[in-house]
Formats: sequence, structure tokens, C-alpha cells
Amino acid sequence: MEGVPPFGSPNIPTTAPEGGEVALITSGWRLAAHEFFSNRLAVVGLGIIVFFIVFCFLGPIVYPTNQTLTQPLLSDMAPAAAHLLGTDDNGFDEFGRIMVGGQTALEIGFFAAFMATVIGTLYGALAGLVGGIVDAVLMRFVDILLSIPLLFIVLILATRYHATLISQSLIIGLFSWQAPSRLVRGEVLTLRVRDFVTAARIMGGTRRRLILRHLIPNALSVVIVNITFLIADSILLIAYLGFLGFGLAYPTASWGDMLGNAQDAVSSGYWWLVYPVGACLVLVVMACNLVGDALRDAFDVRLRKR
Amino acid sequence: MTGYIIRRCVAAVIIAIGVAAVSYALLNFAGGSPVYAALGTHANPKAVAQWNRVHGFDKPLIVQIGNYVWNAVQLKFGYSYKQGQSVAALLDENAGRTAYLSGSALVLALIIALPLGIAQAVKRNSVSDYAATAITFTLYSMPAFFLGLILIQFFALDLHIFPPLVSSNVTSVWASFTHPAQLTLPIVTLAALTVAGFSRYMRSSALDALAQDYIRLARAKGLSERVVLARHLVRNACLPMITLVGLAIPGLLAGNIITETLYNYPGLGLLFYNALQGLDYPVLLAYTLIGGVLTVTGNLVADIAVAAADPRIRLG
Repeated sequence: MEGVPPFGSPNIPTTAPEGGEVALITSGWRLAAHEFFSNRLAVVGLGIIVFFIVFCFLGPIVYPTNQTLTQPLLSDMAPAAAHLLGTDDNGFDEFGRIMVGGQTALEIGFFAAFMATVIGTLYGALAGLVGGIVDAVLMRFVDILLSIPLLFIVLILATRYHATLISQSLIIGLFSWQAPSRLVRGEVLTLRVRDFVTAARIMGGTRRRLILRHLIPNALSVVIVNITFLIADSILLIAYLGFLGFGLAYPTASWGDMLGNAQDAVSSGYWWLVYPVGACLVLVVMACNLVGDALRDAFDVRLRKR
Repeated sequence: MTGYIIRRCVAAVIIAIGVAAVSYALLNFAGGSPVYAALGTHANPKAVAQWNRVHGFDKPLIVQIGNYVWNAVQLKFGYSYKQGQSVAALLDENAGRTAYLSGSALVLALIIALPLGIAQAVKRNSVSDYAATAITFTLYSMPAFFLGLILIQFFALDLHIFPPLVSSNVTSVWASFTHPAQLTLPIVTLAALTVAGFSRYMRSSALDALAQDYIRLARAKGLSERVVLARHLVRNACLPMITLVGLAIPGLLAGNIITETLYNYPGLGLLFYNALQGLDYPVLLAYTLIGGVLTVTGNLVADIAVAAADPRIRLG
């Protein structure tokens, strides 16, 4: 969503600086960081993400559970002292399984988003820098890929590959780089003709210096903003894969796979198998979106308070 | 303007052909020939080769793609050996029900999102604005099936207002229309997710419009607030929504797969889901192609509509 105003912060631009007032010269990154951390919702979002990383990766040390051996006698038990969130149909402790499933969900989300960002940045930078017919052909290919709903592509490829952490990350990462490539290309196109780039060139800056010191750092902000949305979308996408039955193979599972049987669980009244894990999923996706929105506002000079 | 429309249409046709080619290549990569569906999984390799030769699946990929595109243009999508019907007949049978579900959801989403976004912008930073933002933000971050499950739990299992699954008696569009209770939950599920995206966008679009000079002028010349909002704000704020409706099509198609699977509503989404389970490649390919073409068409119509509706856009 382009141009969505900051979630919960004032939308009216604040007053212009008074005459004679001189702002401290600080780097753009420090200003952006300051702006980001003064947004309460951004801090909450970041807190949620950090909490879930700690909870999922360090939680099993504090709360060790059996997640490999099925125990049919213990299946579908309601929450009790021995099993804080009950057990699932294989007899796995649900609370412990949320931690383990969260590990895979976060790993796939981060890995897929990282891969899509790297591919998209290189692709977009190439199209923007080379220009001409190459640019036109490359961007028409992006148009084509953007016209096929991502879920369709991912589902079709999921029928061929045995679902593992790596294969799911690859499938999602290899087909969700279109948005970052468009963003980076647009950014490169506008940056190339901006005054500070011209100035650097006139001062004798080499091509290498222009790209490394001026183009990349300035285009990086849109990429960083986009990566948070990519993480959110990838986590949602693996949830859909899990729900439609293309989840990870036993005994591993991600949050989406745990919701694969949710329909039966709801009709059987096993609420503890649905709502806790679903809430975790929604919270993490929401936190990524919050952080993304706040980052975009923090990097957007026009919205910045002085 | 005419030149622009012609150029956009040509580009759309090229992209649509590209969509067909990429979908075919993807399916070919994922499994390809429907020969094992036709002859059985343990078919004799000689018979497989023979069948592939007869049906053109032994040709180079580029020729196969060409044949497929040529047939698709004539609305020949091949034969589903799993279901023993031509794909065109299967699509024809299910398309109406899906169009009804998606269309109702889209209309409902617009009816909710447009006024909501404008109201939020007018009363920005009020408690109600924050509450609405929180709700739409949560919906925006929620997988469709999870929202659907919550609705099923609450309205079907706890309150018994709506059925948890669409009844198998609802086979025609007319039946869907005359049994509104059957389809309430699927439509609401699909609409809620669309509202989440729309209203956020509508709010920011209305905020942009509110800060414009023409609103200030309208107020300055003494128009009542109601006229300012209805005449000047709404019409301008809704312009960008045209694009958004075009962009919503891929989301609706993906949402159809989830919603129809969850509620067991027999439409194209459920057809696609069943084809995935049975590796029914001709059906998968046809629906992917249709989804792509619908997306391209949606964007094309939206672009032309915006150009026609917004006099500020000057086309060379």
C-alpha cells in the first residue's frame, strides 16, 4: 500500500522550522532510526518479533517437550498443568509445538524474503542501470509474473517437490522478487538524475563510487521497507500451503501445517489446537507489517518531523 | 486517448500470451504431460511414448507452448482425464458459482470500505479511527482460513445462525442467490479480507484529497460540510480506488481457493484444489491461465478507466 499514513501518528505535517533555526547535521540513517523508535507502534511491533524469536528458539530449552515420538494415548488432551496448551492428535505438547513450528515459520519467512530481496535488487538495478530494450524486456517479464497469482505458482510447484524447509523457502523466494525489483528499478531511475549524483559525478567520482556510495545506500531504504512486508507475506503463504495440505513432512511442522487440521479441530471442540497457534501467526504477521509501515515513514523525508 | 488505449491493449495481449507461456512452462516443469492420468500410473513406457507423440507432448517446449496458446485462444483447454470431462466444460460448470461468490464479496467490500475509509479520514486520529485501523490492520494480517474458522466457530457452531459448510444442494447460481444464509459466511470471509486492504488505501487517499486546495476553496466559498464531502471529497478520493479494484483480482482468486475449500463450495477454487490433490494438470493450467488473463484484463480496464475519469492525466 503506497502512501498509507503512519499508523497512529499525526497525519498533518508539523510546522515549518523557524527562521534562523539550524538543525544538527546527522546521518540520514540516524535520523531514520530516531524517527522509527519515536513511533510507539513500531517499537511494539519490533518487540513482538523479538519476543517470538526468543520464545521459539530459546523456549524449548526452558520448556522441553517431546516433538518426535507420537503418543496416541495422550492425543487431543485439554490444557492442564502437564500440558499448558493441551496436546494435538499425535500426542505432541501443543505449547512446545508452537515453539518448534514458529522456528520453521520464521526461518522460511526470513529466508524467502532475503532471497527475494537479493534477486529483486540485482534484477531491478540491472534493468534501471542498463535501460533501453533490456529494461523493457526485463520489466515485461516482471509484468507477466505479477499477473499470475503467487499462490497459484507456489501451489503448482508444491505438487512437484517434497515440502522441506529449504524447498518451501526456495519456491516462495524465487517467485516473490517482482515487487522489490520494480521498487529498486524505479529508485535507480530517479536517483540517476538527482543533483547529488550529478554533483558527485562532476567532482570526479568513479562509476564504482557512484554505485557503492550513492545509488545503493539511497535505494536501500525502499528495499529494507519491502523486506518486512515480504516476511509477512511469506509467513502467510506458508500458512496457506499448510492449510491446503502441502505442508512440511512429519515430524517437522510450521504454524501453517499445525492449522492444516484446524477445521476438524474446530468442529470437535479442540479450541487449543486452533486459536493459540493462529493468534501467534497473526501477531507475527501484524508485527512485521507494523514495522514495515513505521520504517517506510521513518525513511520518508517528506513525512519527517523536524 | 485512442492511441493510448490501443497501445495498452496490445501490451495486455502480449502479457497475456506471456502468462500462458510461463504457466505452461511451470506446469511442464512440475509434472507436465497428463499421460499418467490418461493411461494409469503403471503404464508401459512404450505406450507412454506413443501417447505423448499422438498428443504432441514429445515436441520441443516452445512448440508445445505455441500449440497450447493457439488452442487456448479458441477456448480449447484440453481434457481432464481424472474427471473424464473436457476442461472447458468443467470451467463452464463452476465459473458462475465462483463469479457469484467473488462478485458479491467485492461489492460488499466496496460498500463497507469506501464509506469507512472516508469516515476515518474525516475523523482522523479519533478513537473510532484508531479502532477501525486496528481492526482492519488485524484482518490484513490474518490468513483467510483462520478468519473463516473463527466465523464458523462463532456463527455456525456456537450460535447456529449459518451453516458451517455450504449445503451440497446449492448447485446453481440461482440456488446460491435464493439461499442467502448458505453463502453468508463465505462471502463475508472473502469480503473482510478485501475490506482490510481497501479501507487502509481509501483512508490515505481521502486524507490526501482533504489536504488539497479545491477542498479549501469549497469550504471558503461557504459550501456546507455535507456538500464539500459528498461533491468534492468523495469523487476525488475514489479515483485511486479504480486502480485498486483492478489490482484486487489476484487476491480474490487466491481467496477463492481458500474460501471454497474451507466452506466446501463447488466453484473454480475448489476445482483447482481438487486438481492439485489429483495432479490434474490440464485443469491446473487452465485456471492459472484464466487467473492471469483476468488479472491482466482487470489492470487494463482499471488503467483505461482512470485515464478516462481523471482529466488531470494527459496522455501523449
